[in-house]
Amino acid sequence: MHALWRLAAVSAATICGIVSAAGIEDGEKRSGFDFMTPETQALQADDMSNPGMLWVLQGEQLWQQAEGRADVACAGCHDNASRTMRGVAARYPAFEAARGRPIDLAGRINSCRAERQQAEALAPESDALLALTAYVAHQSRGMPITPATDPRLAPFRDNGRRLFQSRIGQLDLSCASCHDDNWGKRLGGSVIPQAHPTGYPLYRLEWQTVGSLQRRLRNCMVGVRAEPFAFGAPELVDLELHLTERARGLLVETPAVRP
Amino acid sequence: MARALVNVPKAAKQGEVVEIKAMIAHPMETGYRVSPNGSNIPRDIIRRFACTYSGEEVFSADLFPAVSANPFIAFTLIATTSGTIEFTWTDDAGTAQTASAMITVS
Repeated sequence: MHALWRLAAVSAATICGIVSAAGIEDGEKRSGFDFMTPETQALQADDMSNPGMLWVLQGEQLWQQAEGRADVACAGCHDNASRTMRGVAARYPAFEAARGRPIDLAGRINSCRAERQQAEALAPESDALLALTAYVAHQSRGMPITPATDPRLAPFRDNGRRLFQSRIGQLDLSCASCHDDNWGKRLGGSVIPQAHPTGYPLYRLEWQTVGSLQRRLRNCMVGVRAEPFAFGAPELVDLELHLTERARGLLVETPAVRP
Repeated sequence: MARALVNVPKAAKQGEVVEIKAMIAHPMETGYRVSPNGSNIPRDIIRRFACTYSGEEVFSADLFPAVSANPFIAFTLIATTSGTIEFTWTDDAGTAQTASAMITVS
């Protein structure tokens, strides 16, 4: 009987080993930064040549600017962002009780605009929303990603994992097909990174502008010829939740530069 | 709201060669692209960049549609006197955006 239990334990361990080998092991976790050319790395590392800093600069100005019918600036409640916003981006998306759903950083900025400032919501991927998000996320630069542990997030995070592993589109690929199973290899001319959202919103050289994680996710969905989810769709936020959990421990780089 | 990042060393020695970096947020729309509804997107680029040192022009560049969005320009100057270094970007419409920085030469 004892021998049988031992056998069961050994086979369970083997199965677990196989399952975790399909993902990325902790010691192998690497930011997309490590997969870039030295030239692009240098562009990100120097704040004076990192084009993402232009958005951070704009966000800093917008932070001070009174908006909406309440005529109050972000700084009116949150004061000095370098103190109050430090670490916020490292734990987002967070659970929003009012909606009973998780909300990402850009969503939080827009809901704050609507409820506190009584202003019009900023359009997704608008310069102003990206600038504010980049400015807030920039305050967490260098801090490890530590996703919120709220138990209410669990079902949404699980849904995110399911979406990450589901094959979609005419090419019938899941996110995991490339970013879990084949990272480090090449797709066309470019290296497949591990898809850790460490530096969003980030400046992508291909876009010639700053873009959000949702834009990047939609990009990949179009890439596998699937119908992408709309900006702000709950599925995208669930995916963001899973991705931040997957990237736990990596450092925030906002604003990152990526090819 | 001009969005520009300029990097000028705060202090330099007389005769020292200093590196100047200037970047501005601009779409640099080439004029060759077509919008989703089929109409041409009009050209909108920065045509000229100029840098003056204590009022005298020391560096300039003509820019063309092949230059990327948010153009970044780096060049060197010889530090001669303490003064203001001014940067001007002029676009297709003739509108100029400016930024400036002080340098102290000892």
